[in-house]
Amino acid sequence: MKKRSALAHKMAVSPYMLWSALFIVAPMFFVVYYSFTSADGGFTLGNMTQLGKYTDTFLRSIWFGFLATFLCLLIAYPLAYAIAKSSANVQRTMVALVMLPMWMNFLIRTYSWMTILQNTGVINNILDALGFGRVKMLNTPGAVILGMVYNFLPFMILPLYSVLAKLDPSVVEAAQDLGGNSLTVLSKVILPLSMPGIASGLTMVFVPSVSTFYISQKLGGGSFDLIGDVIERQFQQSYNYNLGAAISLVLMVLILLCMAFLNRFTSGEEEMVV
Amino acid sequence: MDNNVIIDLRNISVKFGEEQVLRNINLYIRDKEFVTLLGPSGCGKTTTLRVIAGFLEPDEGDVVFDGKRVNGVPPHKRPVNTIFQRYALFPHLNVYENVAFGLRLRKLPESHIKAKTAEMLELVNLKGFNRRNVASLSGGQQQRVAIARALAVEPRVLLLDEPLGALDLKLRKDMQVELKSMQQRLGITFIYVTHDQEEALSMSDTIVVMDEGEIQQIGTPQGIYNEPKNAFVADFIGESNILDGTMRRDLFVDFSGKRFKCLDKGFEKNEPVDVVVRPEDVDVVAAGEGMLRGTVTSVTFKGVHYEIIVDIKGFKWMIQSTENQNVGDEIGLDIEPDAIHIMKKSVYSGRFGDYSSFSEEFDELSDPEEEEDI
Repeated sequence: MKKRSALAHKMAVSPYMLWSALFIVAPMFFVVYYSFTSADGGFTLGNMTQLGKYTDTFLRSIWFGFLATFLCLLIAYPLAYAIAKSSANVQRTMVALVMLPMWMNFLIRTYSWMTILQNTGVINNILDALGFGRVKMLNTPGAVILGMVYNFLPFMILPLYSVLAKLDPSVVEAAQDLGGNSLTVLSKVILPLSMPGIASGLTMVFVPSVSTFYISQKLGGGSFDLIGDVIERQFQQSYNYNLGAAISLVLMVLILLCMAFLNRFTSGEEEMVV
Repeated sequence: MDNNVIIDLRNISVKFGEEQVLRNINLYIRDKEFVTLLGPSGCGKTTTLRVIAGFLEPDEGDVVFDGKRVNGVPPHKRPVNTIFQRYALFPHLNVYENVAFGLRLRKLPESHIKAKTAEMLELVNLKGFNRRNVASLSGGQQQRVAIARALAVEPRVLLLDEPLGALDLKLRKDMQVELKSMQQRLGITFIYVTHDQEEALSMSDTIVVMDEGEIQQIGTPQGIYNEPKNAFVADFIGESNILDGTMRRDLFVDFSGKRFKCLDKGFEKNEPVDVVVRPEDVDVVAAGEGMLRGTVTSVTFKGVHYEIIVDIKGFKWMIQSTENQNVGDEIGLDIEPDAIHIMKKSVYSGRFGDYSSFSEEFDELSDPEEEEDI
């Protein structure tokens, strides 16, 4: 009986194992392989030693990623809290509205921002008509970060909403009852209890923000190269798979380090009070 | 009114949308008193508690604490603390930090917090549980942590919202005794909400019986049991046979086609009334001898006594007797004058007190214990 269920278990799991091997493990292996080989296939550290010239781009990507993630958290938390506290009907509608932009193509959404922000765009036309003159908005770091926040905000709102909706209201009442004003109830009870949502929201926004390439090209006008753009060029234009793979590998390691840092921060909060 | 009144509710009304949840509640509670709000689900007892705690503002009326009106004062500024129905412990904190929570908010010195928390955990028999995760505790233990947490901040009044509802019977009985002795030792006012009449009778100094957002009766446990004010109270507290009767004159009442002596007076001549006879106050005698005569329709063994349903002229009486009877037999019943209690007619007349539809299963169904209360 036991043996048979073990066999059934193996059979049920095997398609997923095969899938993971083909589409996760193998590509990772190729990334590592290309990183440490030259165009003719011989072992080399040359790709890695070249990376020094991209330090600025790496730093800019991570800095923009942090900014976008932080802004998303700042915007999403009150919104998610408000949604979670409203009636069931409002909750359903609001969640649908948050997800609605994701039904549209990512490239189209980013492209629309270009037409909104450009010097002859809607905002500048209004400003000009009101006599404020035109303001350069497109091709600025602000525009790139706006694009990231706009595109990845739902990934912050949804996990926050799902933990806040599950928060037991009587726990909040207990904290008020024991003498907590709104601010202490938020900092001592609601925030610590929503840490799992914050942690997954941070991950889901930070990772795509750091590695994005399209947003910076369209909204940054090419003057704020992000590491994703560099990687894209290595593969699409220079056909230097080895250098592209090396940058990807290092980016992966950097993201892992950043996530470890963020997770330490978010779970550290919990440990501190436990 | 006594000058040791601590909480005074004056003409409190609460509406949830169109639904009137509390209707003109007037209730004062004395310092160090154990008051129980008793009633079925949806009667407004929990709502009353939330009004006192400050989680809910009444639409009309005043909440007075120690002579001062406290309407609009937020919960964290009221000297009352609540034990919640499902404990509401902080899942991210261990036992020690849960109990210390209120003390920390008061910015007390660490040494004081430590001493007070240890004292409270000892009070509820949870010494040595400091570092335990609250999720790993049993229901009874979680309840004790909730009690310790509320008592640590030394409230003048403790509000308890069906605190024993989730515990099994044996544990519930133990906790009843423990809570009562804790209340007496600490000298704190307890306002206790329950739908369990036995719990109310055994713990309270004063019972407030509520139904449909209104107070039906306020009194001591003995007073409420022996002198219920209307058919609802008589039926909700213990078992009752409630019959239509006519008060012929002082000390004489007609029901079941017979005239009985009773101890009640002050009714109009020939006034229609409700007559309450408790099942344990009826004596079973031989068929020809009693004042009433009827046929046994069912007998249930209850351990201490037999529960016997007797059909008398189409009205089913419940009688509790230590002697067994056979179904189908004719028996006589005797009722002493002091076993007869007369009540004025009310909106509840005719709705309770006949055991013709009585069955254990039916009783369970009409007592939705697990239902969320308002």
